Order: sequence, then C-alpha cells, then structure tokens
Amino acid sequence: MTAQAQRRTPAPPPGTYLGMPKFQKNAKEQLANEQLRKNLRHATGTIRAKRAARVEEVPEWEELRLAGEAIKNRTLRHLDTYLVQLEDSLQKAGAKVHWARDAAEANRIVVGLVQAKGVDEVVKVKSMATQEIELNEALEEAGIAAWETDLAELIVQLGHDRPSHILVPAIHRNRSEVREIFLREMKQYGTPAPEDITDDPAELAGAARRHLREKFLRAKVAISGANFAIAETGTLVVVESEGNGRMCLTLPDTLISVVGIEKVLPTFADLEVFMRLLPRSSTGERMNPYTSMWTGVTPGDGPQDVHVVLVDNGRTNALADPQGRPALRCIRCSACLNICPVYERVGGHAYGSVYPGPIGAVLNPQLRGIGHEIDQSLPYASSLCGACFEVCPVRIPIPDILVHLRKEVADHKRGKPKLEPTAMAAAGWVLADHKHFELAERVAGLAARALPNTTFLGPLPWPASAWTRARDLPMPPPESFRKWWRTNRGEEQQ
Amino acid sequence: MTIHAKGITVALFATCINDVMFPGTPKAVVQVLERLGCRVEFPLDQTCCGQMFTNTGYFDAAVPNVRNYVKAFTGYDYVVGPSGSCVGAVRHQHPMLAEHARDAGLGRAVDEVVARTYDLSEFLVDVLGVTDVGAYFPHRVTYHPTCHSVRVAKVGDRPYRLLQAVKGIDLVDLPAADQCCGFGGTFSVKNPDVSVAMASDKARHVMETGAEYLVTGDNACLMNIGGILHRENSGVKTIHLAEILAHTEGGDR
Repeated sequence: MTAQAQRRTPAPPPGTYLGMPKFQKNAKEQLANEQLRKNLRHATGTIRAKRAARVEEVPEWEELRLAGEAIKNRTLRHLDTYLVQLEDSLQKAGAKVHWARDAAEANRIVVGLVQAKGVDEVVKVKSMATQEIELNEALEEAGIAAWETDLAELIVQLGHDRPSHILVPAIHRNRSEVREIFLREMKQYGTPAPEDITDDPAELAGAARRHLREKFLRAKVAISGANFAIAETGTLVVVESEGNGRMCLTLPDTLISVVGIEKVLPTFADLEVFMRLLPRSSTGERMNPYTSMWTGVTPGDGPQDVHVVLVDNGRTNALADPQGRPALRCIRCSACLNICPVYERVGGHAYGSVYPGPIGAVLNPQLRGIGHEIDQSLPYASSLCGACFEVCPVRIPIPDILVHLRKEVADHKRGKPKLEPTAMAAAGWVLADHKHFELAERVAGLAARALPNTTFLGPLPWPASAWTRARDLPMPPPESFRKWWRTNRGEEQQ
Repeated sequence: MTIHAKGITVALFATCINDVMFPGTPKAVVQVLERLGCRVEFPLDQTCCGQMFTNTGYFDAAVPNVRNYVKAFTGYDYVVGPSGSCVGAVRHQHPMLAEHARDAGLGRAVDEVVARTYDLSEFLVDVLGVTDVGAYFPHRVTYHPTCHSVRVAKVGDRPYRLLQAVKGIDLVDLPAADQCCGFGGTFSVKNPDVSVAMASDKARHVMETGAEYLVTGDNACLMNIGGILHRENSGVKTIHLAEILAHTEGGDR
C-alpha cells in the first residue's frame, strides 16, 4: 500500500510554501492562465463594488477606521498585559489555555489534545491561524482526519488544492470546476454528490450540505480559530456566513480554538467598532449572517471541554519592529486583496502563503523572516499604488511597510554581485550631484543624436527586455531641459 | 484671461525623468507659469527626488537626493513640479529619509522646503486660484488620475478641473480610471509580466474611449501606458497635463 492510499483526507499539492520560487516566477505562470484571470477579474470586481456601496452608506466610516486603528495600536502596545488578562479570564470561565511559540508547538498541542480524546477525526471552522500552522497535515500525520466545513475550504480540500484568498479561498475556481471536484472527490470521503448534479450554485451548496451533515453529527471534537478574543471577559468571537461555524462551535463536546496572539481586544465594548468594520470591508455586507461568541464552558450547553491555544509563530518579530508592527492590526478582511491590481491579475497562489495579496506581502516576510527567496520577493510584489491603504479598515500603511521591508531585503543582499545593487550604486552616483547628472545627460543626448530618426525603441536584449518585450521605449531627445535652460535662460538667472 | 501672479517667483522642480526624457513638459510649465505672470527660476543643483532608490530599498542612495533638493530649493516660497509622484515622494519620503540619515538639521530643512513644494495642479488651483489658464486644445482627451498624484500628493480633482476649463477640449471619461497602470517605478522591470498585464488593461481602456490623447500629470505613467499604445499602433498619443495647459489658440504649442 502506498502512503497516498493511507491518507484519511485529500492530499494537498506537493511542495511547500517556503520552497516556492520567487513571486515574479509564480506570477508569470499564473498570468498565463486565462481562465484564472477571468475568474479573478469577475470575483474581485463584484466584491469591490459591494464593499464600496456598503462603505459609502456609513458617513462616519473614517472615524470608525481611526477607532479601529487606535484600539489595535493600544492593544499591541500593551499586548503582554492583555494576553495575561485574557488567559486569566478564560481560565475563570472554565477554558484551558495553552501557549505555543511556533507552528510546531501549536500543532503538537492540538494533536495531543485530540489524541487524548481517543478520536480519529475533527471538524473545522474556517481558520487562518490553523492554515498558517498547517494543522491539517500535522493531524493527518497523526492519523487524524480534519474535515474543513466552510464551503470554499471544502472545495480547496477536496480539490487537492491550496487556498488563494483569505476570505474566499476558492476564488480561483468557477462553478463548473467546483462541480467536477464534488463529483470526483466527495464519494471518496463521505456522502457523494448526486450523479446528475449541475453547476447551479444551489445544487452545489446542497451537495456540500449533505456531505458535511454526517460529519457534523458524528464529530466529537471541533477546531476553530477566532476573529477576536476579549481580554476582559475571556469571550472568543467567530464571524462567518454559512452556519457551518455555528455547528462546529455548538455540537461537539470538545472545542479547540487556535488563536494568534494579536487577535486580543481589551474590552467587550471594543467589539462594536470591529463588528461594523469587518463585514462591510470583507464580504461587503452590513452584517454577516452568523456571529458566534462563547465564554469558556457553559454547563450543560455546548462544548464542555474548551481549549484555547495562543500562538506567536513570528508575531513577536513583527511586534518588535515599529515600522512593521502596524501589520499586526490586520483583521483578515481581504479588502486589500480585492482592490489590489496585482492580486487581481495573478491570484493568491503566487504569494507562497495562506496570506496572499498586499497584507501577505507585508505579513509573511515578518512572520517567517527573509531567509527564503519567496519572502525576499514579496515586498516587491506591488506597484505601490496605495489602493490597499485606502480600503484597509484599520488603516495599515501597507505601501510604507512594503518600502520598509524592501530596505530590509536590499540590506540583506548588500555586497552580493547582483545586477540590482550594482545598477543602484551607478544610478546613485549619477543622481547624487548635478554635475554627474549633466554628464549622463550628455551621454543620453549623444545616443539620441546617433539615432536621429528614432523616437521609440522596440524590443531590446536583457536587461532592457524587461521593459521592451511588450512596451516601446521613447528615445531621449538630443537636448535635455537643463541644456535648453542654460542656452535660453541661463543668462537672466545669473 | 488676466494676469494672476505678478511678482511671484517660482522655483521649477523639473524632475530628472522630465529633464532627460521629456523636456517638453518642464518647458510647458515655464510657459504656463510665465503666461500667468510668475517669474520662473530653475535651480541647477537639483537632480532627482530619490524615489527610485527609496522604493527599491536603497535608502542610503536616496539621501544625497534629499540633500540636493534642500540645497536647490531652500529659500523659495514656491517650488513647483509637474509630477504628483515626485512631489509626493518629496513630501512623504524626504522626512523619513532625513530620519534614516540621523540628521536632525536636514530634517528641519526638509520640513521647511516640503511645506512649499507643490504639484503644478495644486499651485495653479490653490495658490494662484485659477482653473482657466487660457489654454486651447481642440482634441478628444481622456485623463488617467495617476496613483501617486491622487493617493500620495493628494491632488484630488484639480487636474480634471484644469482640463475642463481648456477651450475646445472634448474630455471623455476613462473606464476603471482609478486602477494603477502598472508602472510602479522599478516594479515595471522587477515584475515585468504583471506590470505589462496591468498596462495592457489600462491601454485597452484608453483605446475604448476613442480619445486622440491620453493625459496624466506624471510622465512616468505615460511612458508605461504609451509604451503599449505605441507598440500596438493604437494611434493614441500621450501628453502631459502641462503641455495641454501650455497650448493656446494660435500659439505654437
């Protein structure tokens, strides 16, 4: 029997995120996929318009953003205090609190908790933190099947795929692809999809509902994340749309929640601001359909064995950097993905992480460091157009953080015999002094005079090909502005 | 048209890319400002805002540009540049670069000169209080509000108002105008495939308008979109806002 056949759940694609090539290379591959570009253009366009309409109707939107920013800043400044308070509140409410420094430790804790229950399967609420630590694979290795119950996560899992968006992880799939995945895969892992199923969204949702129902009713252990964790009360909050979360959070006897340490909010009242910011920014709704809150254990009602695993996994690295720290304000709404012209064209898989798009480009190099090619390339995966900052509900200055991280990457590469540092040093010399600059202008002018009838340059060899493969390049005219000024106006200014 | 600005002296911040590649633009700025009664000077110490270095992560290489800028423009009441991107970089990045250089004196000098630095459209509309600069341009034109002019320099609708006041102009809306053209400085060569995908969509929208000219307040973006328009023989020409504003009835521009 092969290892493949022993698996309990569909195998993800081979390879690891950190082993991925740099963004530029992945992007080129994704750009070639016409269907993907069509799916993404349609999906991001629709959700952008919905968000804009829902934000438009809130006159105090900017004040809400400022409040969200201020609350998160205060929380991060005193994170140690609020985390200890959260632990205390959770314990008083009957929950057990576990601390995990990194992904491996978090996975060990969760696997241990599930094994202690003597079960070999769990149901999961959609959770970015568990995706980040790759919990499903850790469970699979321990012989435990983790079933994703969010519709889009189910599509990704059954499709042997990886998520490509924070909110809608199967955004890269259209409905006919979903139909094929359901038909082919559901029968291998539980209730099959009807043989005559069409690509009608209601039929597809119906098949998912039937497939998941038996898993909900059978499960003894559920695993979730949390959108917010309230220090004052020990309340965890999950915001969702499908009701699958509510099932997981109420039916099984054991509930394990994996929560990033930056998810803490000081007081219950703070939630008001975020419950207004998040749905409008995220799905473009005034309010999401299901908001579940639980405070430890309620005797005789819902899970009686409640665990919370608080995970660092690189967050304290970001916290230690005043320029990078604002990225920890993120509430995972995905507005920056939907508005990003780069994300719209390449999709989430090019970013080599469960956090794609602009927020991924600032989070991953901070959480994982810049030791790998993919994380060195992510800060450059942006034209710095600034649209992400405009829509961010907690005003994360993503373009500024990208520039800050580019400096970290450039410093890391300093002294290496590469084209870029050499070109930058040369350009730096030219532009450091107007006399050097004038010399360069004369060279440009000579080139122009050498090709008197050329106004545009067509395809050129590397490295100019990066520009000229698809774009013509205008020739500099023989006379620079400076030269014209000296000739025509130089006298009067003296 | 009346003379608005008798006696105001303006220091022209030509920007390095205009100086070498698009000298027609700073010449047009001189023409417009002088027509409105300003005295224009071009401080020869100027080179570049340093944005290319900063945005690629080479802060040390950008610091001499900050020093040059301060040296060239300190003492002027008005520094005017025909680029939302370069003006935006001066405002948004020079204070940060002075801090990076750990030079408090430079920081103070930067604050002083940054407060007096304007994009052309801001100077015309806010300082001179004029939208009709006496221009005439009888062509179909579409305007792309460049990202840095809107989101960093925050010029708002000033360029659009200046264009609306041009005599004879047929100004048509650009679909998806608020989307980036994909230039992004070194992004255009570090991520050429994504950059071209973005520029191609922008060029397609420009062609859909049936415009003869695409206008922006930033020549770098124009060079990017124009590179596609020219390669595809679209027949659409690119022009900087200043050059439309310089164009007068019966004038040679």
